[in-house]
Amino acid sequence: MLELRSVSLTLGNGNGGSKEVLSQIDLTLEEGKFYAVTGPNGGGKTSLAKVIMGIYQPTAGRIYYKGEDITDLSITERSRRGITYAFQQPPRFKGVRVRDLLSIAANNSLNEKDYHCLLHDVGLCPEDYLNREIDSSLSGGEMKRIEIASLLARPAEVFIFDEPEAGVDLWTLRQLVMMIIERHHQRHITTVTITHNERFLSVADEVLLLAEGQIKERGKRDKVWPLIKDDIACQWRQRCGGEASDPDCYR
Amino acid sequence: MTLTAIDKQLLASVADLHEIPIGAYNIRKDGEGVARQSTANIQILPKTDPNQPGIDIIVKPGTKNESVHIPVIITRTGMHDLVYNTFDIGENADVLVVAGCGIHNAGCDSSQHDGIHEILVRRGARLRYVEKHYGEGPGEGQRILNPQTILKIEEGAVAELELVQIKGVDSTRRITRAEIHDRGSLRMVEKLLTHGQQTAESVMEIFLIGKGANAQIIARSVAQDNSRQDFRASLIGQNYCRGHVECDSIIMDQAKIAASPQLRAEHIEAELTHEAAIGKIAGDQLIKLMTLGLTEKEAIDTILNGFLS
Repeated sequence: MLELRSVSLTLGNGNGGSKEVLSQIDLTLEEGKFYAVTGPNGGGKTSLAKVIMGIYQPTAGRIYYKGEDITDLSITERSRRGITYAFQQPPRFKGVRVRDLLSIAANNSLNEKDYHCLLHDVGLCPEDYLNREIDSSLSGGEMKRIEIASLLARPAEVFIFDEPEAGVDLWTLRQLVMMIIERHHQRHITTVTITHNERFLSVADEVLLLAEGQIKERGKRDKVWPLIKDDIACQWRQRCGGEASDPDCYR
Repeated sequence: MTLTAIDKQLLASVADLHEIPIGAYNIRKDGEGVARQSTANIQILPKTDPNQPGIDIIVKPGTKNESVHIPVIITRTGMHDLVYNTFDIGENADVLVVAGCGIHNAGCDSSQHDGIHEILVRRGARLRYVEKHYGEGPGEGQRILNPQTILKIEEGAVAELELVQIKGVDSTRRITRAEIHDRGSLRMVEKLLTHGQQTAESVMEIFLIGKGANAQIIARSVAQDNSRQDFRASLIGQNYCRGHVECDSIIMDQAKIAASPQLRAEHIEAELTHEAAIGKIAGDQLIKLMTLGLTEKEAIDTILNGFLS
């Protein structure tokens, strides 16, 4: 379905220097499978997603989709061939309504009922949100859910979600995770989810552990989880201030 | 009255008019009134002073849910049209006024329309006022529009203004001046897109005179190519009042934008705020829309259409 051959990516680090964020990645993603990409921050997860989507051009290596070399294709061309990507931090658009974004995503093929279902599925009341502008009046969690809805509206075959769970409140997290998994099974699509969420890791056909720009390990959740468990818990504590009395992290 | 295809296109662009409108209307073409209709509640009368050509629009007190269309079109090159329109919106009326000017210039000389609108919104009345400006035509001649809007909003009256200039106007100098009395309210939205070598200047002076007066001014603009924009809005609070002015612009290419919101409080209970932002289209916005299948150009259009919607 999708194949990366010796893909490397070097990015500027902002101080005039550069860093290799992906190093000689060889990876084949099979049709209909659910992949979870996990690993420490700065390990190259988002870069991998962006290289597949065409947002970053690899410094070396080639990418093939359904046998076609897509390395030199633009984001638009890749999207039109069936690849799509949900941002970790979706951008806001003044004056563009939720309805407009969903319509673009679906190539203008939605009827009123479709809009309602899409928003309902991500836990947003359609009446309240359909005509809202995607501007700073929306919270991070709302943005995230609209982002996921926009992807679900898309008639794509490869869906890449970049930490869909981040910024979503605990109450709806479970519903959102289940929905992404359900859609995967219903539509026989290929799903790549960058995640630290244990539920995603559990249902994934394959978990890829990405660190230092390389795939360090791959396999079922039980094989990879022990390697990352402490690392993830530790980072979470750092972010929340590390209170010893905190309840267990939701991940 | 017969309208040419060009006339009809201009009317559709500035007043969303495809046929003769329902209700009161006055259509001015190349400096002359070509069609006019009053209704039982809305009278349109030509001014008698030859030095001040134009019309008086008088809305009877208590008139509800009626509209007035007063589009101006210019199709002759070299035409310089100056018009004075006076609106008197009677007490407790609730009406929609659609003004606007479209210029089709096929020649080499400048076509210019200077519209001076004086609007009195009497006690308890509500006015929605929409003014669109549009220019087109293959000629080299400039298309120039210099509107002036002078508003007086009486006690408890409400005025909502939407001023739009999206395309084809080479030069504009817009002046808006408003006086708001006790519990009066003004909401004004200005949308502007300039391109090529165009210039646009907008100067607003809003006086919050009465107790409980309220003003909200929102300006959104896009400057493309080598165009220039200068936006100056002053809120002057002279009583217990509230005012907010917001200018938000997208800058592209080699354009230049100046935005100067200004606040002046002359009363201890005046609460005035402003926001101004100028920035280019964010890379993330383009990329997001491209991941949904749009080309870069389609993505830019979507962002600009939304911003100016």
